Amino acid sequence: MSQFLPEALQSFLPNLIQIFYLIATGFFIVGIKRLGSPATARSGNQLASLGMLIGVAVTLFDREIIAFEFIIAGVIIGALIGVFAAKKVQMTAMPEMVAIFNGFGGGASALVAWGEFTRLAPETFDTQGLVTTGLSILIGSITFTGSFIAFGKLKGFIGGGRIALPGQNYINLILTAAALGLVGWFAVDPEYQLVFWLLFGLALLIGVLTVLPIGGADMPVVISLLNSYSGIAASMAGFVLGNNLLIISGALVGAAGLILTNIMCKAMNRTLWNVLFGAFGGESSAGESVDGDKSYQQTFADDVAIQCAYASKVVIAPGYGLAVAQAQHILKEVANMLEERGVTVKYGIHPVAGRMPGHMNVLLAEADVPYDQLYDMEEINPEFKSTDVVLIIGANDVVNPAAKTSPGSPIYGMPILNVDEAKRTIVFKRSMNPGYAGIDNDLFYSDKNQMFFGDAKKSLQELAAALKDLD
Amino acid sequence: MEAFIFNLFIFVLASFVGFELITKVPPTLHTPLMSGANAISGITLIGALIIAGGSDSLYAQWIGFAAIIFATINVVGGFMVTDRMLEMFKKKEGEK
Repeated sequence: MSQFLPEALQSFLPNLIQIFYLIATGFFIVGIKRLGSPATARSGNQLASLGMLIGVAVTLFDREIIAFEFIIAGVIIGALIGVFAAKKVQMTAMPEMVAIFNGFGGGASALVAWGEFTRLAPETFDTQGLVTTGLSILIGSITFTGSFIAFGKLKGFIGGGRIALPGQNYINLILTAAALGLVGWFAVDPEYQLVFWLLFGLALLIGVLTVLPIGGADMPVVISLLNSYSGIAASMAGFVLGNNLLIISGALVGAAGLILTNIMCKAMNRTLWNVLFGAFGGESSAGESVDGDKSYQQTFADDVAIQCAYASKVVIAPGYGLAVAQAQHILKEVANMLEERGVTVKYGIHPVAGRMPGHMNVLLAEADVPYDQLYDMEEINPEFKSTDVVLIIGANDVVNPAAKTSPGSPIYGMPILNVDEAKRTIVFKRSMNPGYAGIDNDLFYSDKNQMFFGDAKKSLQELAAALKDLD
Repeated sequence: MEAFIFNLFIFVLASFVGFELITKVPPTLHTPLMSGANAISGITLIGALIIAGGSDSLYAQWIGFAAIIFATINVVGGFMVTDRMLEMFKKKEGEK
């Protein structure tokens, strides 16, 4: 498109494009910054998308670009798919959506590196160029297949449990080392086609094999990590092309993903190594089996209604079960009714309450729960001592006191919501079956606890009806 | 080599900026942040444009074409879905 510009502008064009790239970079940084606070987050996202628009628009004026058929067709097809997916997706399915978008991003970076290598003669690449091409293909392809496996696991197409060959961890380590070796070989001998294709194929395989064994409970970590990978892949593609905008944006995203990965690991008291190579989440692990002699109290809607209505402070501890039952809207109604009676209602949200970081907050926001009623684990924990009733809905492991008291438990050391400090806990649960991680929960047998059995949505509807009858 | 070192500086410095930007984000916003950041990683679209529109070889053009589709899905879908989520985040009624 550069030929449409006035002659005088032509000679400045390369610099002009760089200046616009700099502006786009600024928009990304300020945009991510604004994503850090609920009040400014929406404008931050819009700012970042504007930065993207600027970056893409000025690139069209790049002198290297001479043909537009593929560009126009590709953008239209991609945009249609993107818009359709973004409009259709349910909030409960957000982790799958992010995973799959992420996979496309990583795949695109691998393709860009491959395309650049195909477009130019191998002699034009120096060693650094070849190494970054290899790394871009490696990381991008791992992100691509890894994200699709994560998508399949979250969707339930692929079993949530641990699918692994014996010695799988060693196989993965060896394959990763082999792939890095191939990157080196590729850099030395770029014209040897076999090495290139081996690298590509092996990278795709590693993505499958590393995500496949990871249990469903660890998915928040995997999604954050893959997000980080896709950023790094974009950054590597930027090295290949010598494009600063790609390098910077990719690095920003890579760093963001790593931080979130770290936060998720801390929330589960696991190391990243342990998530990637450990055996947990989905496997029936060392949890004690339910002893026959432990007794629990059962309760019903009318009683729960009375306890809540005459409490001064109620804390709601939601888990993924709430989202599965699609009960967040009726929960919001119950909370409203309690507030009308003068009860203080707060939501205590564990960092891994959903299937990806912050997922529960999104689901509650969808049900119009104001974000200033949502409290992090650190904020809500000191408050349980002064709480009359805690409603635990669809959550289990994140309130399991075994994490604090029994060193033998697989979740020992994981930070939890200290609901046992409250005067009364009421657990909404289908049955006494142990939760996702297969670990029995002593909270259920506490004399301060009552069990309210049933589907979360139905139970909350009963509770709402019972609260109405109190008037 | 010099260009590579220069790019490496940019990469490392940008990573530090990324760490600083993200550390203070409240957990409430982790999902939108991740999906927004994810959309930004679709910036690789720029590279795809150059390959699809600036190659002599048809082979490279097709690779670029596929890369454009992938990256555009990532960018358009990512920003839109993030906006959809953030639209729902509201303060208590009356405090707006």
